[in-house]
Amino acid sequence: MAQADETVKMETQNLSAFYGETRAIQEINLRFPERKVTAIIGPSGCGKSTLIRCLNRLHETAPKAHVEGSVFLDGEDLYQIDATAVRRRVGMVFQKPNPFATMSIYNNVSAPLRFNSRPSRGETDAVVLRALRQAALWDEVRDRVDAAATSLSGGQQQRLCIARALAANPEVLLMDEPCSALDPIATSKIEELIAQLKQEYTVVIVTHNMQQAARVADYTAFLYLGKLIEFGPTEDLFERPKEHLTESYITGRFG
Amino acid sequence: MTPRVSKWGDRIFLFLLLCATASVVLLVVLLVAGLFYGAGPAIHQLGLSYITGYYWNPEYGVYGLIPAIEGTLVTSAIALLIAVPLGLGAAIFLTQQAPAWLRAPVGQLIELLAAIPSVVYGFWGLIVLAPLMRNDVEPVLVKYLGWTGLFTSTPVGLDVLTASLVLSVMAIPTITAISRDSIAAVPRSQKEAALAIGATDWEVTRRAVVPYARSGIVAGAVLGLGRALGETMAVYFVIGNRTATFTSLIAQGQTIPSLIANVFLESDTPLERPALLYAGLVLLAITLAINIVARFVLSRSQVGRGAAAE
Amino acid sequence: MKFDRPVRRKVFSHGMTVLTGLAVLVIMIPLASVVYQVVLLGSPVMNVAFFTQQIPQACGRGPGSVCHQGGVIVPIEGTLELIGLSSLFSVPIGVGAAIFAVEYGRERRFARFIGMTADVLSGVPSIIAGCFTWALFLFYDPAIAFSTLDAALALSVLMVPIVTRTTEEALRTVPNSVREAAMALGISKWKMSLRITFVAALPGVITGILLAIARSAGEAAPLLIAGGFACIHPLQGITQETCALPLWIWFGANSPNPNFIALAWGCALLLLLLILAMSVLSRFVLNRMARKMRGE
Repeated sequence: MAQADETVKMETQNLSAFYGETRAIQEINLRFPERKVTAIIGPSGCGKSTLIRCLNRLHETAPKAHVEGSVFLDGEDLYQIDATAVRRRVGMVFQKPNPFATMSIYNNVSAPLRFNSRPSRGETDAVVLRALRQAALWDEVRDRVDAAATSLSGGQQQRLCIARALAANPEVLLMDEPCSALDPIATSKIEELIAQLKQEYTVVIVTHNMQQAARVADYTAFLYLGKLIEFGPTEDLFERPKEHLTESYITGRFG
Repeated sequence: MTPRVSKWGDRIFLFLLLCATASVVLLVVLLVAGLFYGAGPAIHQLGLSYITGYYWNPEYGVYGLIPAIEGTLVTSAIALLIAVPLGLGAAIFLTQQAPAWLRAPVGQLIELLAAIPSVVYGFWGLIVLAPLMRNDVEPVLVKYLGWTGLFTSTPVGLDVLTASLVLSVMAIPTITAISRDSIAAVPRSQKEAALAIGATDWEVTRRAVVPYARSGIVAGAVLGLGRALGETMAVYFVIGNRTATFTSLIAQGQTIPSLIANVFLESDTPLERPALLYAGLVLLAITLAINIVARFVLSRSQVGRGAAAE
Repeated sequence: MKFDRPVRRKVFSHGMTVLTGLAVLVIMIPLASVVYQVVLLGSPVMNVAFFTQQIPQACGRGPGSVCHQGGVIVPIEGTLELIGLSSLFSVPIGVGAAIFAVEYGRERRFARFIGMTADVLSGVPSIIAGCFTWALFLFYDPAIAFSTLDAALALSVLMVPIVTRTTEEALRTVPNSVREAAMALGISKWKMSLRITFVAALPGVITGILLAIARSAGEAAPLLIAGGFACIHPLQGITQETCALPLWIWFGANSPNPNFIALAWGCALLLLLLILAMSVLSRFVLNRMARKMRGE
């Protein structure tokens, strides 16, 4: 459970998600503390991606998908308001970097601004600069912001996607296995980044890599077969797991 | 609290898209309705006897579609008889035998055949093919194949046979393209299995590849048929445009489209244009049925087409 | 398979290879012949007069008399008018239906229904399209049943399925990750569909439109039925009878006047060049635009 002195930024209540008849996650009650990194771990197929996609209402865009239960952000039920508005407060970075291939680096980062509001050129420049700095990408691209986004390496593209997500000024940043398509060096750069990001944003990260969770997360949730098995401070979960299943997973007895 | 996002852009855009989509559906509905409207007087007065009638005499109010139907069927049948072996053969060559560098250019050249407008084919048929048929080809056919009873008239060049030849040229690109796709969709494992038991290239093609691609190839042939049935200008120039039942392959004839094209502008009796539209309805029914069947077969046979997108 | 004559089977196989190669060659013959004839008989006529003057009237010395070559400016104008009008009708409809099918037809049934409708339309013979619009105008206002407007509408019927299908395919080649990225940024659906996805698919869409134009520019049958024939005098207006390159070919080819016939060959050559230009242009667009958008 979250520590007493921490505010809950985001919270799920009896959250279940379905693909047609199949239930992917079941009655999940989870609290995400503000400005902390919460990791969601579990074997493949346990529903972690489904869960995180419910947090920004992306799950329902899949064919025949629907959701039961609620997700609260600062006490407001996200499923009672417009989905597009939700996604402007809750940003997401995907497993495979997906910069807009037809746009330059600058235009990628400024995309949320250009499409969602009418900023002046000066405002856009400022936001792009801030976002690229926050994503630790600025130094590498400062002299070629008009180059194609696809000219960057995989790790740089992922940081570009992070910058783009940050430019939208979200309060929560969701990361769905952001490093699984990247090499170890790129991965460690992003993990460093996450440590910085939590000073301003609440981060939820799905990962299949337990060591990564141990490295970056303040809190960890363990999911198995669609159910939340255990949640707590990362150290506690890994060193003194309360549930037998958790212990089995952590010690590598299954998948 | 979450700031509100304006939904007006979404609503207007969706409305415009719905209008466009509705227009497409409306087009189909109006098409059938309009044709029925235009053909109404003829349907009302002539009824089904139109489809079984043999003569076209507007002054006496006599209209019969049999000659045109016969011509349509004969020309299309012969066109397919020529186009399917050629098209399939070309498709086999391009997918199995041809070296890689040859495939794209030749494929594009065959596509070029499809790009040439029908009128140009007709014009060429009139000036080039018809004289060739009249002077060189048809006398030979009469001499050696006259015993079949199919070549019993004097060669003029502008006849059913010439029209069939032009039609086959126009059907070939469709047949080739679809056959190519169907053959290319055959899994390599089928080929390899046949090769592994020592089959020659041709045997692999004949016994492993083509049977597997059979439904796609048939669908392609049927689509080519659909194309040939609806062809107007190419046929109109070279078929002779005479209303007469089928007697000989080198006699003049007509098809439903060539009939409509031939008579429409100069029609002066009140029932004539409606009768032509009636003929158009008949033609539409046939081509639509053929196309729907062919596409249905095609969608069931083609592996992965369209499924990969979602 | 006969296992006892390996050499014979091999020879047979090679023979079939030759045969199928021959099929390709046979197919090339009409292509070569048509192009050859059109170039041979059409190029002598293609001078400045061809592009600027009108069809010459008979000179009074008999039906075969020729005073001056004249030109086909009227058919050219007519073709341009028809292309313009029919594109105006068919492009918004075709593109709109395709965007709807791909971006909003979440249930695949819907997208397939629109695709099926487009398929049905693409099976309509061109002359029937002309019959349809003629009948439509007959119902609405018989006075303009033979007009450029009517003919343009008939051509649109032929163009819509092409535009719809090619736009649909172009939209489907845009990977879903683009749409997800846009959605995750809170970009509204219409902006995502139009300004991100559609823009990414634009080269393919333009190619489809050019293809549809090339196809409809060469159609004569629907023009005969729905457009009438008025090539001798300059075009009056879109509610009057029309003229176009394919129409002149139809007329000139069947006339005894050798000058008319020559002009018809010129039109044929011009049509082929137009179609070739569309093809080259679309390949150019596909390459340049796609590369420019990727930022190279």
